[in-house]
Amino acid sequence: MSDTNNQAHPLLRATGLTRRFGGLTAVDAVSIDLHVGQVHAVIGTNGAGKSTLINMLSGEIPPSGGSIAFEGVDISRWSQPRRARAGVGRSYQRTTIFHSFDVLENCRLAAQAAMQRPWAVWQAASACSGSLARARDAMEVAGLANTAHTLAGSLSHGQQRQLEIAMCLATGPRALLLDEPLAGMGAEESERMLRMLERLKHTHAVLLVEHDMDAVFRVADHITVMVNGQVIASAAPEAIRNNPDVQLAYLGEAPVS
Amino acid sequence: MNIPLAAAGLHQPLPPSKTRLLPLVILLAACLLPMLLSEYALDLVVKIIIYAIFALSLELLVGTTGLISLGHAAFFGIAAYVTALLVPGSGPGAILLMLPAAMLGAGCYALFVGALSLRTQGVYFIMVTLAFAQMAFFIFHDTGIGGGSDGIYLSSRPAFSLAGIALVDLELPRHFFFFALGSLAAAYLLLAAIQRSRFGRALAGIRTNEQRMRAAGYRTYGYKLAAFVIAGMLAGLAGFLMAARTGVVNPELLSWHESGAVLLMIILGGLGSLRGAVLGAAAFILLKEFYSSEAIFAGFAQHWQLSLGLTMILFVAFLPHGLIGLSRQRIWNRKQSPAAQGGAHV
Amino acid sequence: MEFSTFLVQCLNAVQYGLLLFLVASGLTLIFGIMGVINLAHGSFYMLGAYLAYALAPLFGGQFLLQMAAGVVLSVVFGFLLEWVFFSYLYQRDHLQQVLMTYSLILVFEEMRSILAGNDVHGVKLPEWLSGAVALGDLMKYPVYNLFASATCIVVALGLYYVVNRTRLGMMIRAGASNRDMVRGLGINIRLLYRIVFAAGVALAALAGMIAAPVTSVYPGMGGQILIICFVVVVIGGIGSISGALIAALLVGLVDTFGKVLFAQFSGLSVYLLMALILIWRPQGLKSKGY
Repeated sequence: MSDTNNQAHPLLRATGLTRRFGGLTAVDAVSIDLHVGQVHAVIGTNGAGKSTLINMLSGEIPPSGGSIAFEGVDISRWSQPRRARAGVGRSYQRTTIFHSFDVLENCRLAAQAAMQRPWAVWQAASACSGSLARARDAMEVAGLANTAHTLAGSLSHGQQRQLEIAMCLATGPRALLLDEPLAGMGAEESERMLRMLERLKHTHAVLLVEHDMDAVFRVADHITVMVNGQVIASAAPEAIRNNPDVQLAYLGEAPVS
Repeated sequence: MNIPLAAAGLHQPLPPSKTRLLPLVILLAACLLPMLLSEYALDLVVKIIIYAIFALSLELLVGTTGLISLGHAAFFGIAAYVTALLVPGSGPGAILLMLPAAMLGAGCYALFVGALSLRTQGVYFIMVTLAFAQMAFFIFHDTGIGGGSDGIYLSSRPAFSLAGIALVDLELPRHFFFFALGSLAAAYLLLAAIQRSRFGRALAGIRTNEQRMRAAGYRTYGYKLAAFVIAGMLAGLAGFLMAARTGVVNPELLSWHESGAVLLMIILGGLGSLRGAVLGAAAFILLKEFYSSEAIFAGFAQHWQLSLGLTMILFVAFLPHGLIGLSRQRIWNRKQSPAAQGGAHV
Repeated sequence: MEFSTFLVQCLNAVQYGLLLFLVASGLTLIFGIMGVINLAHGSFYMLGAYLAYALAPLFGGQFLLQMAAGVVLSVVFGFLLEWVFFSYLYQRDHLQQVLMTYSLILVFEEMRSILAGNDVHGVKLPEWLSGAVALGDLMKYPVYNLFASATCIVVALGLYYVVNRTRLGMMIRAGASNRDMVRGLGINIRLLYRIVFAAGVALAALAGMIAAPVTSVYPGMGGQILIICFVVVVIGGIGSISGALIAALLVGLVDTFGKVLFAQFSGLSVYLLMALILIWRPQGLKSKGY
């Protein structure tokens, strides 16, 4: 759970992140800290800037302003692959698995990223024990151990979302940026996913962008609320639940207490 | 529903294990051809072999990595020109010098073109590769470097000699045949190894979903550039052989018609398959021979482009998985049963 | 360089650029709206040139009438071609489009060979367009070149007006950014596509008709213009007509002055320009995305 030492040294720290698209400011001076042992959820209405925020953290789009530090190192200018190799993992809202490969190959290919030796052409990839071992571990954690040779494209939607997480885990990240992992999942699958997140947070720093409020309040240790690109509240779940600004943003009216 | 073929776009599932040795069998059978065929027919087979190497090199780019290049003939032609330009004043040139030089020349231009083109995506990439090939075409067609639109004649064919004795003399049809066949086998083995290797799997991942590869930590630009240069160098191997076969090089070797033809070859055979590339090259050249044969088409034979063009349109429209896809479709359909389908729909 | 020469080269550059713009605008429209990369676009340019050659004897010296007839025929041809062939390409991926339109080029080239032979043909100019006009005291400039540029400018303005000021143009712009939404709005998308395609064909063919008296009519003219147009579209950004205009003029300038300054290597200047743009701004000058 929370460790006072951890609290002082966030694994990932974003300070004053801003992103402008022409005249539109999608993200306005957002600061966010991720600590190992914590799930930090980001919630907000549609268009609040959550996707842009996570894209800036993972390195897909450069920030217009602000900085990002990972393990104390400034990674603001680093490309996405470089951040991934350093330990920043990302899962996507829309599934980005390799539909035409089987589950094991999906994870193995992701794991291979951490141990690339492209010049070793004479060795078959299927003999790469390192990436295979990591792949199997990731599949185990994600609950996909039985589906190793199933074609990813023929998995159920929930299993595909699990694979999305497994691929993220296979790269051996320390920080997990999860973009709506529960999207389109039924109750049972969501439950499985949430239990996995609760296990994962002990060893990782987790950023969770989600719409499912029940899930967020259940698993998050810290919640940041964004509206129109700005942070309107950032605190522990209970404080957020009772925050009048948040209630206004979500329900459109001040609460009658 | 045929999930793998549909999900994989134009790509094939793996070859069924029964036919794994087929390429070897065909290779061995091919060794007998010089004894069985007439000179004309043998030369046709040699032409097929050369284009098979050319097609294999493009298969690495298009089929494995998913990069649609419409300017691949540039590397083919540049290597041919390098070969022609390195022919010494007297006596045959050395294969050991000319072949690496030709491939290196092609590789250098591939490095230049790849480095710039890979900064673009999708249709832009297609257009840019075409434009750079046209640039190379201009260099050889309009400037003094390559003898202009007439090209250059090779006064001798390369040879491999030890102590003054030519062990491999490409002037001799039989030597040339086996040298070309050996080159094809080497290229095929190299590409098969690449496809199975970590590098090849990464390329396949990049083809399938580049964003996911970047998110995992792959510097995809570097991988694509490496594939581009390797493909360029292999096309250079084909170019060297072409120059040595015909004894003349001209700018048409770099034309976009050449680039278009080799692209059609790999689709004809079946994208995503090394056998498909070889099969496609053979089928394309044989089709062209067929349509331009006056014995069959009399006066219309001169309009073979029309027949070929219409055939290819129908082919791409109705058989997008190519000739290889035909046989694999039947095998795949037999393997499918409702129970094997699994619970999900893609 | 003398000022008069410079002026002439500028005029030549603008004329070439405007001609390229006509062809490129058709290409970028078809790609931007329907998402089809059409390698056979150069063949429409060739079609226009051969139409000019074929219609000349029928129309005597009635040049404007001849051009109008050519445009009408191209529109009809475009309609038919879209209906019979191109409408099947919309759902296919880029590779298949490339292959099928490349094969179409082979078909067109051969049809041209059958119908019009492989010789180079000239197209004669009517009296009122021949000769040169004096530019002040400096020198004379061919009347036809001025006429060609003027025609291109008129067409460009017409294109601007249609795309930005009419309902049709609005549908076109909407279709470029969101195909599915336009369909959802109940607009007859099939007809819209057919119109856009026919317009693209007509633009390229018109360019060919204009160019014919100057460049002559010969096999292979389609391929040459196509590749230069690709360069224009890469520089200007796909789907952007204004981008195509700027890029076309830029290419016209570079090519024209390249010929003057670099003689033998002049053909390279356009590609070097493209290489520079790729280094500096790979997404093109005004990319709308695709």
